[in-house]
Amino acid sequence: MADTRIETQEILLPVRAGFIALTLIGALMLNLLPWAGAWLWVKPDFVALVVLYWCIEQPRKVGFISAWMMGLLMDIADGTLLGQHALAYSILAYAGIVLHRRVRMFSGTPQMVHVLVLLLMNDLIVLAIRLVAGADFPGLQYFLGSFVAAALWLPLGALLKLPLRPRVDPDLF
Amino acid sequence: MEYSPPPFFKTGPTPLARLLIFSALSLAFLVADVRLNYLDSLRQVAAVIVYPLQRIAAAPASIARRIGDFFTTHGSLRADNARLKLENFENGALLLQLKALQAENEQLRALLAARERLKLELAAAEVLYAARDPFSRKVVIDRGSMQGVRPGQPVVDDRGLVGQVTRAYPWLAEVTLVTDKGQFVPVQNVRNGLRTVLSGTGSDGALELRFIPLTADFQDGDELVTSGIDGVYPPGLPVARVTSVERSVGQIFARITCAPLGGVARHVHVLVVSGSRELPPRPVDRKKQLRGKKPRKS
Repeated sequence: MADTRIETQEILLPVRAGFIALTLIGALMLNLLPWAGAWLWVKPDFVALVVLYWCIEQPRKVGFISAWMMGLLMDIADGTLLGQHALAYSILAYAGIVLHRRVRMFSGTPQMVHVLVLLLMNDLIVLAIRLVAGADFPGLQYFLGSFVAAALWLPLGALLKLPLRPRVDPDLF
Repeated sequence: MEYSPPPFFKTGPTPLARLLIFSALSLAFLVADVRLNYLDSLRQVAAVIVYPLQRIAAAPASIARRIGDFFTTHGSLRADNARLKLENFENGALLLQLKALQAENEQLRALLAARERLKLELAAAEVLYAARDPFSRKVVIDRGSMQGVRPGQPVVDDRGLVGQVTRAYPWLAEVTLVTDKGQFVPVQNVRNGLRTVLSGTGSDGALELRFIPLTADFQDGDELVTSGIDGVYPPGLPVARVTSVERSVGQIFARITCAPLGGVARHVHVLVVSGSRELPPRPVDRKKQLRGKKPRKS
């Protein structure tokens, strides 16, 4: 399995809290774009994706409080039940924090599969809450967004690491 | 205590403990929101925080639409203008007739000593986006409680009823469409005056009439308008058209599906209807009157 080898870790700049907050707000904005019709089904949950990313990459800096707050903001912006996303994101953050060492051991596709499972779990929690509250099952296309989100996992990681690369090439001297 | 790690390795409660705390908090919020409706004030405050983000996120689409409007061709504008002039001309003639009829109606109502009909006030609003909740049918409009939008007001477009305002934030309001699963509209069949309740099914473009006896007179193509007996919707707003009536002998009720007349799925502009009717006082609650006494069979 060539895919599962451990990559040489590159040394990145320390992450500032402001940068993390900025990415979370950016993800919230992406979620708030006027998605409609068929786009609504393929729309990945950007907030869940970014929360999970930071929980895996920086479990000491991002955790339950930010995940829970983002969940509440999502609930209010969408006009859904107050607490459904908060609960789902809290559990997602827990899974990310507990599994962060394991997930970071993998690279490429196996990491993506881990993320897919976690995001599907996130969907299932929201689904369970809504079914208990009396909604109908919206169909299997409901899970489509998580597959799109998992496909975006690697590009997202590359994108969020860009500003953290050191400016000076360490091999220069 | 003597086995605890040195203080510089302490990270607070374990993830599991934190998970339990935050899950309990979320569940408490859920219960308070669903069952008790305690959290409206929290929603109002947080909505103000999210509002700028919502407006910024909705901006690209509205800018794109405005740019599209700007680049409409001369020819299409001329054609539109000609068509609108003709429509205006026809509508003007109809309006004259309507005014005469209105005056006559008022006179007759005065003779009958009936209450005056409600005059509707309409306020235009722009639909910012459809709510991204796959479990419900809602849209968010750009007028809120600051502009006088109140929960419960009906929302219409040029063809018929679209929905009802269910939550009003300071500058935004949430409109539940008639197609939402939990949305019910009291309606009346125009053809024969039968009154019933129309309910949403949760899918776009489909409404149904539930619990209609097999013998009830509903046909394909029947138009349903609001009956107005609920005190929420003004009477006479077009709501839906019956698209299919299935009567099978094995069932107790007929299966009647309808299509909404208002542009429920394609929305750019809508009108919020305001103007409240003076309702007669609610009948006295018999149960409260009889409390403490022996309940009688009626």
